[in-house]
Amino acid sequence: MSRHLSGFRTVLSEDEINRALARMAHEVVERNKGASGLVVLGIPSRGVPLAQRLTARISSVEDIAVPVGALDVTMYRDDLRLRPARALEPTDIPDGGVDGKTVVLVDDVLYSGRTIRAALTALDDVGRPRAVRLAVLVDRGHRELPIRADHVGKNLPTSLRESVRVLLNEVDGQDAVLVGATADAHPAPEAHLAAGEEEAR
Amino acid sequence: MNGESILIRGARILGGPQGDMLLRDGVIAALGGDVDGTGARAIDADGLVALPGLVDLHTHLREPGREDAETVASGTRAAAAGGFTAVHAMANTDPVADTAGVVEQVWRLGREAGHADVRPVGAVTVGLAGERLAELGAMADSAARVRVFSDDGICVSDAVLMRRALEYVKAFDGVIAQHAQEPRLTEGAQMNESELSGRLGLRGWPSVAEEAIIARDVLLAAHVGSRLHICHLSTRGSVEIVRLAKQRGLPVTAEVTPHHLLLTEDLVSTYDARYKVNPPLRSADDVAAVREGLADGTIDIVATDHAPHPVEDKECEWDAAAFGMLGLDTALSVVQHTMVDTGLLDWSGVADRMSFAPARIGRCDSDDAAQGRPLAVGEPANVVLIDPAASRTVDARTSASLSRNSPYDGMKLPGGVVATFLRGRPTVEDGALTWI
Amino acid sequence: MIRHLLSAADLSHEEATLILDTADEMARLTEGRAVKKLPTLRGRTVVNLFFEDSTRTRTSFELAAKRLSADVINFSAKGSSVSKGESLKDTALTLAAMGADGVVVRHSASGAAYRLATSGWISANVLNAGDGTHEHPTQALLDAFTLRRHLGDLRDRDVVIVGDVLHGRVARSNVLLLATLGARVTLVAPPTLLPLGVENWPCEVTYDLDAALPGADAVMMLRVQRERMNAAFFPSAREYSRRYGLDARRFSSLPEDAIVLHPGPMNRGMEISADVADNERSVIVEQVTNGVYVRMAVLYLMLAGSGTGSAGGEDAA
Repeated sequence: MSRHLSGFRTVLSEDEINRALARMAHEVVERNKGASGLVVLGIPSRGVPLAQRLTARISSVEDIAVPVGALDVTMYRDDLRLRPARALEPTDIPDGGVDGKTVVLVDDVLYSGRTIRAALTALDDVGRPRAVRLAVLVDRGHRELPIRADHVGKNLPTSLRESVRVLLNEVDGQDAVLVGATADAHPAPEAHLAAGEEEAR
Repeated sequence: MNGESILIRGARILGGPQGDMLLRDGVIAALGGDVDGTGARAIDADGLVALPGLVDLHTHLREPGREDAETVASGTRAAAAGGFTAVHAMANTDPVADTAGVVEQVWRLGREAGHADVRPVGAVTVGLAGERLAELGAMADSAARVRVFSDDGICVSDAVLMRRALEYVKAFDGVIAQHAQEPRLTEGAQMNESELSGRLGLRGWPSVAEEAIIARDVLLAAHVGSRLHICHLSTRGSVEIVRLAKQRGLPVTAEVTPHHLLLTEDLVSTYDARYKVNPPLRSADDVAAVREGLADGTIDIVATDHAPHPVEDKECEWDAAAFGMLGLDTALSVVQHTMVDTGLLDWSGVADRMSFAPARIGRCDSDDAAQGRPLAVGEPANVVLIDPAASRTVDARTSASLSRNSPYDGMKLPGGVVATFLRGRPTVEDGALTWI
Repeated sequence: MIRHLLSAADLSHEEATLILDTADEMARLTEGRAVKKLPTLRGRTVVNLFFEDSTRTRTSFELAAKRLSADVINFSAKGSSVSKGESLKDTALTLAAMGADGVVVRHSASGAAYRLATSGWISANVLNAGDGTHEHPTQALLDAFTLRRHLGDLRDRDVVIVGDVLHGRVARSNVLLLATLGARVTLVAPPTLLPLGVENWPCEVTYDLDAALPGADAVMMLRVQRERMNAAFFPSAREYSRRYGLDARRFSSLPEDAIVLHPGPMNRGMEISADVADNERSVIVEQVTNGVYVRMAVLYLMLAGSGTGSAGGEDAA
């Protein structure tokens, strides 16, 4: 990570992240009345390990194997022209596809909602789910589109000048959610994108 | 014609000691330490070098036929700006200069233009077609008094035709200037054949295609006892063949262009067609060899092969572009840069390679408009004053040529022509062309 | 991310790998899907500028651009006064005026794509789709992509390329790219069809096809034009075929899992026999499919983003 983390404060610890995921897993099962017909898709990069963790918990609660995969939304973004083209992350749709299933999209941070819009469009090209739900670890507000999460780990009111970072063991070697002031303040969420931060994958 | 007398004060004559030079009635009237210049206009030449007016044996003036690229008037102005007082106009015009009528036309246009003498070169074969001899004798006997014959641009590749041409011009002390390019080995060729040509995917132009013709023609010239002149040789092998010929005492002369003294094939990597030329730019080793050859006299002269082309013939794909580059107004700077500043040649050597020797080869050193004469009292006042300490960034847009295809555009080169005098009359003064 | 793609030599190992990885994703995003189209380049205009006929290459680029939802204009300049190359400039100015974002150029003159990209006539991204006897970088990329799918990492893999290297832009680009990717390349050709200085290329060179085959992981057969024999590059089609053609006997000397590639169009019976061309280890048809993925990847990486700061006229964040 290029930007140093001084000035950031921890808002979720490792334990808190685990508890939040456990609660979300229960909520997903309750809402779905069981785990059958579920397909969990993480949005790269940090949405993917979160989806895997969430699915593991659902599977252990319900004792059935819930298919889990990844859905890269880069090709569907509406902000491609704002930055140099980026490398694509793998898209991995589980065997059996999404037709007629309930898809749970998983991402680390919900912010402008543009990533989720792109994910819904991407999902359109994959198949026709019965329903799509959204699970995010952190909802920091400042939506630019009429999008709302079904399952939230933590609602975290932030200012536009703040930056939210989700660190995960699988990627970063530790679990934590941090908030801090960015070195260069960004006027709007869509312009606020750097590796390892929310909305950037 | 011009009654004005001019006193050049304190120039270094041929780069030697300082002296004064009085130009009066078209000749050098006085020369030495303390010349009486009463009534003459004085020019302060302190720090400048005085050389005899330069003579180019190889110029393309494009008129008649391609007046969009160059005219006799514009080409001779570019020549004067470069310190030349005479140019030999190559025969590949349209119509080709293969009759007395065309060479006389070019010669007359030169007389009217007034910035430099024009010595037409006659074609060796009718229409440069390489099939039958043009009327060489008629051109020699015409008002243009042609002595140099060349199919330049095209090689006289037929050995029998070449032999006959070499023999035939002996009758009027002519010389065949051969464009040495074996045609079959260079079909569709685009650049020097090398690892680079392989990488760039441009069809290669092997050195041997030049050297094979030179070797053949040297042997032919020896066999029939004729003078032979080699145009724009460009390879180490060519230098070695000419060196060997001279060691055997054969009457062979050779020229090198300024661009082959300075530029290498690496420039082609840009696919910028300004660097497309015939013969092609060669390797750094070839450049070193032609410099050595010019220094030791193996190569007799520098000739510009000034080849103007309109913008559209260069601003295109490499394959489609025309061969050739401008050279008249930058030649002396390039020679200073590559030969003088490197210590390979002194200024009297430059005078020899760019004035005395080309005039001798072209046989224009002895008639009533003699060129390439020594700077001595009673000789024609063809003089160029140069400032070796000057330097400039070449801007092709400012060339007196109608064309802009200079390979040196944007390049910093040393030296500058301050003044040029043609039979005592300034064609360039204070670095600018005069009105004549 | 990539401004122009003019030569395989322009690609670093990292960039080449990025393109191939991206092509993998393009394949995954479209293979077997009902909806093969991605919205990525909506509103962008790609011009296929073909001064030379090549239906296969043009169609491949067209399909790639369309799968990314770009607007595609096919501009066939063949027949216009190409011999007077002025038309390249005029065509470029026309395309610039039309607002082309990317220009895919095919030309019979080496360096035409380079000229287009560096002349200042047009600010669009330029993609070389084959220039004279110079290069054809996307062909090399699709070959590398195909090789990678069958062989995995290409480091230290042995690839034998057979045929007309002198006039072949495919061989040139392949040697450069495969060397960058760490493969060991051996060129096999009659000496007349090898360029001067080939010994300094990053590959081995041999005149003996039989000696090169037993250690090969892949063999790439290049098209040899029969006309070449008129210029004395080889005595006859039959002799060429005997010495440098891949027939059943030579095919059997290859290791069991080695694959055969050919950029097409094939001269069956000349450089490759029909039974070898149709063998299941020949991946020639797959190369065509892969060409679309690779070209999608390159178009995406060239046109999707705002560029690397050099692309004019884009709204930067």
